[in-house]
Amino acid sequence: MALISEGRFVEDSWRRLADEEALPKTGEVIVSLPRLEHALEVLGTESSLGVIVPNTTEPSSLIQALPRLQLISISFPAFSDGRGFSLAALLRRAGFKGELRASGRLVADQYAHAIGCGFDTIEIPDDLADRQDEEQWRVALNTYSMSYQRGYAGRGSILEARRRAARS
Amino acid sequence: MTAVDLRVAQRPNAPVTTYRYDEYDAAFVRERVAEFREQVRRRLSGALTEEEFRPFRLMNGLYLQLHAYMLRVAIPYGTLTARQMRRLADIADRWDKGYGHFTTRQNLQYNWPKLVDTPDILEALADVEMHAIQTSGNCIRNVTADHFAGVAPDEIEDPRPTAEFLRQWSSLHPEFSFLPRKFKIAVTGAEHDRAAIMVHDVGLRILRNERGEIGYQVVVGGGLGRSPFVGKIVGDFVPREDLLAFLEAIMRVYNRFGRRDNKYKARIKILVHEKGIDEIRAAVEAEFAAMDCSVFSHDPAEFERIASFFAPPPYETLPAASSALRTAKLETPAFANFVDVNVSAHKIPGYAIVTVSLKPIGGIPGDATSEQMRVLADASERFGFGELRVSHEQNIILPHVKQDDLLALWRMLEPVGLATANAGLVSDIISCPGLDYCSLATARSIPIAQAISKRFSDMSRQRRIGKLGIKISGCINACGHHHVGAIGVLGLEKKGQESYQITLGGDPTFSASIGEILGPGVTADQVPDVIEHLVDFYLAERAEGEAFIDTWRRIGHVRFKDVLRREGEDGADI
Repeated sequence: MALISEGRFVEDSWRRLADEEALPKTGEVIVSLPRLEHALEVLGTESSLGVIVPNTTEPSSLIQALPRLQLISISFPAFSDGRGFSLAALLRRAGFKGELRASGRLVADQYAHAIGCGFDTIEIPDDLADRQDEEQWRVALNTYSMSYQRGYAGRGSILEARRRAARS
Repeated sequence: MTAVDLRVAQRPNAPVTTYRYDEYDAAFVRERVAEFREQVRRRLSGALTEEEFRPFRLMNGLYLQLHAYMLRVAIPYGTLTARQMRRLADIADRWDKGYGHFTTRQNLQYNWPKLVDTPDILEALADVEMHAIQTSGNCIRNVTADHFAGVAPDEIEDPRPTAEFLRQWSSLHPEFSFLPRKFKIAVTGAEHDRAAIMVHDVGLRILRNERGEIGYQVVVGGGLGRSPFVGKIVGDFVPREDLLAFLEAIMRVYNRFGRRDNKYKARIKILVHEKGIDEIRAAVEAEFAAMDCSVFSHDPAEFERIASFFAPPPYETLPAASSALRTAKLETPAFANFVDVNVSAHKIPGYAIVTVSLKPIGGIPGDATSEQMRVLADASERFGFGELRVSHEQNIILPHVKQDDLLALWRMLEPVGLATANAGLVSDIISCPGLDYCSLATARSIPIAQAISKRFSDMSRQRRIGKLGIKISGCINACGHHHVGAIGVLGLEKKGQESYQITLGGDPTFSASIGEILGPGVTADQVPDVIEHLVDFYLAERAEGEAFIDTWRRIGHVRFKDVLRREGEDGADI
């Protein structure tokens, strides 16, 4: 898997734990959703905890855990399945401040969408990373100078810019 | 710029009749072209597979059709300037075969562009503040509106500022660009619905309440296709203040819960149908209540900025009825027929709304040659403040013509085949491209439209029949809107043969209804016969001034079915 952060391919400091693997006492680990409750009970504050969730997850089911989570990874079963974008926006609205990761076969052309909805990082399979190199992700991130929407992260809002121009 | 463009641009008193880009809009569209150019390059280099490229080319209006690529150009709310129309003509000549096809969603399609040329075509469009953004794909599509917007006597408010506001909001939306399926929004601000809002994913009807405030009735879950539904009211009166937040709430509910397991069940109409409107309304209201609405709250200054582009042009003060027009009608009967059929009342005394039919007898519905486009552009400048509209009936509208000028306009249109006096009549047929162009089609539609049109080529007979909408689709996806045709024709394939199913009683307005099937399918050759029988029966049964749909509603579907059965027994080949 390759990880993209701020337009660059970076080393992933997180480890995705298989369900049969024992929970380590320290380090950054990502567990599956069914294992989350148990991990929260067992792990102390020395380890950083992340969870990978399906894009159909009801955000309210994660509310209790949010303050303890440093990372939430949302899986994209297909790049054309946009449910993960709404889930990300809802988790940000619920106050999640940690790393939001999109995991799946996303293409570079979706990078700005992901950032807009609150994602920080994108995790893609290696074969995709071979075809779509770092340069393509960086270009995609900087294609648009501004966006029309308000209330989404990333680029500046055209509406805000017009307001400022009208005031000055 | 051509010499004419330059002249128009420099004319100091050229009125602004539609939205003009500011620096942000212009930059956005240029960036979109650059992005697409890069996407095409990456597709050709193999960085993007065809499967990955597909949604991005579709979101730029580029389809892979039966014979070639098809590029669908957005004409937001169907409004065009003369300059833009000329550019469409230029593109047709340079990169296509000299014509374009106006669609039921007020857009324009080129049927023969090459993939490698499309970035240049998009660049040529961007020069005149146009694009092909979101004319396809599983995203919020080009927003449509009443083609009589701003000039209809029955209007509460011009729907185009709202439509433009939504065009911008929906453009490359970070959250709602990978929806379960396409999403179509239509807006009307009039008492009569000319935008078919009841059969859109979301229909907006502008209303004024008793306190004089403007708001929107929001209808959700309408649609045609293989499972037609009339939309249901999800918001009775959403204040303008809340419109964007309310739409975000609808989109979020749809994006999260719309079905993705079956593309034929993925439209919001199926979600509304399966969950019920009450559950959907509750979900939308809950989402709306949870949102920080201040982020989406209405920006009156921005709305006013947009609305100012749609201010009325500098009309002259004229008498309500033109004596020149009256004289001309008496002297030239063909012109009189044109006026009686194709000219509608305008809200300003002495002016008229002209529908230019793109349905010549035996022609291809919605097609226009580059020469015709240029004549329309010239005509709009000479007689109509340089503004044109595309109607969802696939005709062109000149929205502000002085009644005094109608004869001169008609004389200009007549030599290029643009004076067919059949607006709204039986030969003003809506048709999808069908098997002649479309890779989804199961039967031909254009030749059927042509055959019906020829059968009723006697114009005086057409006028006797009066307003009657025939709509033809070449497959179950219903792009020809057959479900809402007073007479609908659906082309199917049965055992390798084309078979046409006839429906009656469709209605695309506020009183929307889906047509009912008349009986077993008929062959292509039989369609004109069947329609002629139905029309004759209607003529025999109708009350004074009664439209086809009203006769059908009054006497019932069975009577129409009976007629056909009887005719069949008498040996007619049905």
